[in-house]
Amino acid sequence: MTGQDEVKRLSRRSFVKTTALATLAASAGSSALASLYGCDPEAETPGASTSSVDEKIVWGHCAVNCGSTCALQFHVRDDEIVYTESDNLGSAEFGDPQLRACLRGRSIRRWLSDPDRLKYPMRRVAGTRRGEGQYEQISWEEALDTIAGEMKRIRETYGNEAMTIHYASGITSGNVNTSAVDRLMNLTGGYLNYYGSYSSAHIAAASTYTYGGGNYGSTFTTLQNGQLVVLFGNSPSDTRMGGVGHTYDFSVMRETKNLRVILIDYRLSETATAQNCEWIPIRPGTDGALVAGIAHVLITENLVDEDFLAKYCVGYDEDSLPESAVPNSSYKSYILGMGKDATAKTPAWAAKITQIPEKRIIDLAHEMAESDPVYICQGYGSQRHSNGEITARSIMVLPQLLGQIGRDGTNDGRREGNSAISLGSLPAGDNPVKTRLPTFLWTEAIKNGEKLTSLNAGVQGAEKLSSSIKFIWNYAGNTLTNQHSDINATHEILRDDSLCEFIVTSELFMTDSAKYSDIILPDLTMQEQLSLSKDGYADDAEALIFGQPVYAPKFERRGIYQVCSDLAERLGVSEAFTEGKSREDWTRELYEAAREKDPDLPTWEDGLALGVYKRKPKVIVSLKAFIDDPEAKPLPTESGKIQIYSEKLAEFARTWELEPDELVSPIPEYDPGFESYLNLTEEYPLIVTGFHYKGHTHSSYANNKVLEQAARHQLWINPIDAEPRGIKTGDQLRVFNARGEIRIEAKVTPRIIPGAVALPQGRWHNADMAGDKVDFGGCINTLTTLRPSPLAKANPQHTNIGQVEKVNGA
Amino acid sequence: MGPNMTQLGFFFDNNRCTGCKACQLACKDYKDLSIETNFRRVFDYEGGAFTDNGDGTWATNSFAYHVSVACNHCAMPACLAACAVGAISKDVDNGLVLIDSAICIGCGNCVTACPYSVPKMNTETTIAVKCDACVDRQADNMPPVCVDACQMRALLFGDLDELRSTYGNTSAIAPLPDPTMTEPSLVIKKGSYAKETGDNSGFIGNEAELV
Repeated sequence: MTGQDEVKRLSRRSFVKTTALATLAASAGSSALASLYGCDPEAETPGASTSSVDEKIVWGHCAVNCGSTCALQFHVRDDEIVYTESDNLGSAEFGDPQLRACLRGRSIRRWLSDPDRLKYPMRRVAGTRRGEGQYEQISWEEALDTIAGEMKRIRETYGNEAMTIHYASGITSGNVNTSAVDRLMNLTGGYLNYYGSYSSAHIAAASTYTYGGGNYGSTFTTLQNGQLVVLFGNSPSDTRMGGVGHTYDFSVMRETKNLRVILIDYRLSETATAQNCEWIPIRPGTDGALVAGIAHVLITENLVDEDFLAKYCVGYDEDSLPESAVPNSSYKSYILGMGKDATAKTPAWAAKITQIPEKRIIDLAHEMAESDPVYICQGYGSQRHSNGEITARSIMVLPQLLGQIGRDGTNDGRREGNSAISLGSLPAGDNPVKTRLPTFLWTEAIKNGEKLTSLNAGVQGAEKLSSSIKFIWNYAGNTLTNQHSDINATHEILRDDSLCEFIVTSELFMTDSAKYSDIILPDLTMQEQLSLSKDGYADDAEALIFGQPVYAPKFERRGIYQVCSDLAERLGVSEAFTEGKSREDWTRELYEAAREKDPDLPTWEDGLALGVYKRKPKVIVSLKAFIDDPEAKPLPTESGKIQIYSEKLAEFARTWELEPDELVSPIPEYDPGFESYLNLTEEYPLIVTGFHYKGHTHSSYANNKVLEQAARHQLWINPIDAEPRGIKTGDQLRVFNARGEIRIEAKVTPRIIPGAVALPQGRWHNADMAGDKVDFGGCINTLTTLRPSPLAKANPQHTNIGQVEKVNGA
Repeated sequence: MGPNMTQLGFFFDNNRCTGCKACQLACKDYKDLSIETNFRRVFDYEGGAFTDNGDGTWATNSFAYHVSVACNHCAMPACLAACAVGAISKDVDNGLVLIDSAICIGCGNCVTACPYSVPKMNTETTIAVKCDACVDRQADNMPPVCVDACQMRALLFGDLDELRSTYGNTSAIAPLPDPTMTEPSLVIKKGSYAKETGDNSGFIGNEAELV
C-alpha cells in the first residue's frame, strides 16, 4: 500500500532519487548526494537550459502571502513546466512534515504561463490619466532613467519623507527580493516608514499595550490530551492551508489528542467542517461583548485565578491599578457595572449584542474554567474591524483571567505561533527617516500629509509629517486600489498626479493597482530566479527550500535585485547597494552565514541537490519565560507585566483627537465601533463583511482560471435573508452601500449567521471608472471605508453595512 | 476478473477533509485538464438552519462537510457495461477500470451511466476521459498525485482488501449514491457530521463547482 507508510521513491526514467533522500531530508546532507541528478547543477546559473529532451526536476517555492512557503517540484521539459509536484520527500505519515502545496501552488503552472503576464517595461501614455490603463512599451533604459530621475527630483523638491515604499505582500518569501527596494531607498536618503499591516495592525497595537508586542502565541503542538481549544475569528483551514501550516498541525493534534474545539465566528468556516468542531455563530464585530459576558460569569462565580492576576497583571482590580488611574477604572469594576457606564456586563447583556443565547455564554464560561489546560486564541478576523484593537485586547484578557498562560497546552489569546529556521535576508540597512505613519493612512497622507500629527493620525517619531506623499515605489503589491479601501474614493486621490507625482510598479500582471502607475516594470516570479526561503511565518516546521530558476527569464522580464542595482548605478550608490555582489552571491553568502550559526544545515551544494531541507519544529509555549520568572524576565511593557490596564492607552484617551464614536480605553471594554450593527438602516439593513478564501491568496492567483472554477466567487447569505429577496444560489446580485456597488453570485447557505452577508476578499476590481463604476469583479474594497480605526489607525475592512438585491433578469 | 487480481482502490477520510481541493487541482495539473474537466471532485454537503429564539438570539443546527471522490474503479462498473464498443475494461491484475482512447467513439453512454458522474467527454478530442488512478506512476511505485497532494493525509490508494481490513467497509455517505449499484472500490472513514447515502436533510452546496 502506498501513501500512508514510508513511500519509496524509485528510479523513474531520466532522473534518480534514491531512498537515501528520505533520511537526508531529516539530517545534514551527505556527499553521496553529489552523484544524484535531483537538480541540474547547471540550473544554478540563470539562463542555463537543459540540452537533453529528458524531463528534469527543478525545485522552487511558492512565494505569496498565505503564511506558508511550500515546496514546488517542477517537472520541466524543453524549458516548459510539464507538471508540478510538491514535497514528497521523506515520510507521508500523518504527523510528519511535508511542505505540501495547497490548491493554489498546485495550479501555479498555468499562472506562470498565463499569456496576460507582463513582458516589457511600459509607460503611461501621455495625455491619459491614471486608472485608464493606457500603456505603451518602452525600453529598459528609458524606464530606469525615468524612475531614477523622479527619485532624485522628488527628493530634492519635497524631502525624504515624501518618498514611500508601498505596502505589498505579493512576494513574501525568498530572502533577497523582499528588501531590495528598501535597501535602495535607504541608501539614497530614506523614506517614510509605515507601521501596521493590512493583516494585523489592530492586534499588533493591542498586543503592544498588553504584552509589549507580537502577534503570535503558542504553537498548536503544545496541546494536551482531551483539552479545550477556543478559536475567536480564526479559521486555520481557510487561512493556513500550507502543508506544514497551522491547519496541518492542528489537524494532527485534533485527531491524536482528542481535543474539544469551539469556533466562535459569524461563519461556519472550513475549520468547523471536520474533526468535530462546535460552531458558535456570533454577530460580526461583537466578540468583545462575548468576552465581557464570559468575564462576568468568571468573576461573579469566583472562577478567576486571583493569584495569577495579582502576580502577573496590572489593572484587573482596583488594588492593582497604577497610581495614575482614576478610581473604578479597573477591568473588574467595568465588568461588574461599577465603572463609568454603570452597566453590568451580564451574559444577558452580552446575548442581546452577540445574538448568542445567554445559556450558551454561561456554559461556555464554565467550560473554559473547567478545562485545564485551555488554549484560547484569535485569528485576524475579529480584529480587522472598526473596533479591532479593543476587541483583540478583550480576547487576550480571557486566558489572563483564567491564569491559562505560560504552561503546556495554553496560549495567551493571540494567534497560534510557529517555530522557524533562522535565515537572514538582504540587509535593508538603516532608514535615515525616523518618522512613522500608520500604513493605512497613505491615501490621507497623499491628500493632506502635513495635517497628519501624532495626536490625530498616530504619527510616530515626529509631531507631524513634514510632507505629503509624492512618490510611491510599488513592488509586488495590489494595495494601491484592489486591496485598499473605498476604491472609488482612492481612485480620485490617485488619478490626480499633482498630488502623488510619481508611481512605479513592478508586477507580473496588469492588476488594478498597476493601472495607476506611471511606469510598469515586468517582474520575474520567485520560481524564475534562484531563491532560498525558510518556512513561512505561519509554517510550523523548520525548513528551507533551495529554489532554482525553472527556466531562463522570458521576454524582457527582470528581477527586482537587478532593477534596483541598475537604479543604484544611476543614483550614484552602485557599490554601496551591490557591494560588488550579484543576487546569487548574496543568496550564497546569506546561506553560509545561517549555516555558521546552525551547523545542522546541509552544505550549499547538498541543499541545492536536495531541494527541501526540513526537520521537526520546536514546541513553543508563549510567555513561558515571563511566567516562570516575572522578575528576571519582565515583559517589554511600561509595568513589566501583562497590562489589563494600560497607562499609555489612558494617555492617548486623554490627549488624542478622537471623534465621539471612537473609543480608546485603558482597559479592554466592549465597543461596537463605527458603522456597526447599531448603524444599520432601512436603506442598508445588512452587515457586509469579508473573509480570506481558498481560491486565491489575497489578490494573488485570483486571475488563475482553474482556481476560479474550483472555488467560485460568491456572496454567502443565509436563507432567512435570501428568501424575502427572492434570492437563490447562483443568482447574480448587486451588493451596495454609500461607497459603491459590486456584482457577485449568490451562495445561499445556513453556514452564515442571519443579518450578515460575506464575500471573499482579493478578487480583482473590474469597473468602468469613467462610467457607473459598478464593479463586476466583485472586489470587496468597492464597499469598504477609508475611515481608520481609532488606535492603530488601521483598515476596518470587515466592518461595513449595505444592502443586497437580486439583479433583475439575471 | 482474474483469480489473482488484487483490486486497488481509494481510501478517503471524511473526518479529516477540510475541502481544500488540493487533490482536485493536483490531478488537474498532472493530467493537464481543461477548465471544465475534473477527474477528482470535492463535494460540499451542507444543511441545517437557524431558528429565531424570540429574544434576539439564534439557535442553529447547521452543518457542513466535504467528500472527495475520483473514479472508484468499481467491481460492477456501470461505465463498462454501458460502453457501446468495448472501450472500457477492468484490469485483470489490479482491477482498475480504464478507457482505451483508441477504441472509444465518444458515444457518451458511460458519461450517462455512471452514478458518480465520473467519465467526462473531452470536447476537443470527443472521447470519454476519467481518472485512471495515475496508472503510469504505479510502475515507479508512486501513488496517484491526489494522494500525494492531500494536506491532511486524508487519501490513500492501494490494496482494497488491506484498506478494508484497516478502515472497515463503508463506502456510503451523502451525497454519494448507493454503493450497492456499482460496488465502488472505495473505503470511507466517516466524520462526526456525515449523513447516510440518500439523506435529504442537506444539500450539495457547491453544485456549480462540480464539473
